[in-house]
Amino acid sequence: MKTIDILLKEHPFFWDMENTYVDLIAGCGRNQVYKTDDWLAREGETADKFYVIREGRVAVETEIPGRGRVALATIGAGEIVGWSWIFPPYRWTFDVRVRQTAHVVALDGKCLREKCETDKAMGYQLMKRFSRIMAERLKAARLQVMDIYGTHGDT
Amino acid sequence: MVTLEVASSKHLFKPGEFNMMYAFGIGDVAISISGNSANSGTVTHTLRAVGAVTRALAKHREGDVVGLRGPFGRGWPLDAAHGKQLVLIAGGIGLAPLRPVIYHFMQHAADFDSAYLLYGTRQPEDILFQQELVAWSGRPGFRYEVTVDYADENWQGHVGVVTPRVAKIPLQPDNAVAMLCGPEIMLRYCAEQLLQRGMRASDIFVSMERNMKCAIGLCGHCQYGPHFICKDGPVFSLAEILPWFGRSEI
Repeated sequence: MKTIDILLKEHPFFWDMENTYVDLIAGCGRNQVYKTDDWLAREGETADKFYVIREGRVAVETEIPGRGRVALATIGAGEIVGWSWIFPPYRWTFDVRVRQTAHVVALDGKCLREKCETDKAMGYQLMKRFSRIMAERLKAARLQVMDIYGTHGDT
Repeated sequence: MVTLEVASSKHLFKPGEFNMMYAFGIGDVAISISGNSANSGTVTHTLRAVGAVTRALAKHREGDVVGLRGPFGRGWPLDAAHGKQLVLIAGGIGLAPLRPVIYHFMQHAADFDSAYLLYGTRQPEDILFQQELVAWSGRPGFRYEVTVDYADENWQGHVGVVTPRVAKIPLQPDNAVAMLCGPEIMLRYCAEQLLQRGMRASDIFVSMERNMKCAIGLCGHCQYGPHFICKDGPVFSLAEILPWFGRSEI
């Protein structure tokens, strides 16, 4: 059975990170399996984790009055979900629901914050990775808002 | 979205070429050919009714007559892809001009390493050629992935724009030919991702779209830098058009 540090080192989010940092981060992690329709996060609830997805697929969702539940993005193996643990008030801004059985490493947010404060270099490495993912998802969200497949032609 | 099948006994085309379709009394418009180039007798076009001409064309019923000139343009470089991985990236109605490539692959699979289709569209109801996609998915060497921008909870596939999914394509950068068709902004971001993944600009092909009129490079409506999209394209390698790609007012 693989230990948490091995599972993290195999995940693209942690590629290129120094082993000592990964080992430190692994101390905050737990290996978990979630079944289809399980909730990883509920909007407004305390965001005390982020999830490193090893297998399966989850959806970031919200409830729109009059339209029902809407999926905003799906996230799968090799990706991560959750950054609300970084900033106060540490509350999830969307729901996260499992679409296909998800094998994840759940990392404890409070534990990570404490380690980042203690080891600023490690914290910088971690935040650099989160920043890149935030920028990528912001870019994707902007394209989504543009509605590029909409009917903008005139002939 | 409407598919028009026009009976035409002598119409031969290559994947990626287009016809000028004329709605009598309204005008004409360039529409790519979405059928099987191996089938003679009918020529198939898939169009979206968004303007005066396409709305008029979409109203046609069996037995009606439309004007048709073509085929025009330079299509997809299938010969250049022989022995290689075929990577097809389509957005919205951009799947229609790539469908002849998929037909070709299905008929000549041994000529290629494999084919991978990444298809993004607005919502599950807009997915083109759904039954064919399911049928094709069982064929050796062909894989596809669909992602939609918006979906309710019943959709089990991917949600999100097509561009980040490019990073997930099982790509062989040194042995792939990519063919992209869709909104130009999608082409730009997807091409950028393919370059980042190590593909050469000369192996990435995009189908460009501009307002075309004469379709033979005389009127200048579709001029794009030194090229005329109707005559020199609509398919270009990224290397050919890189200086103009993404520049405004071109």
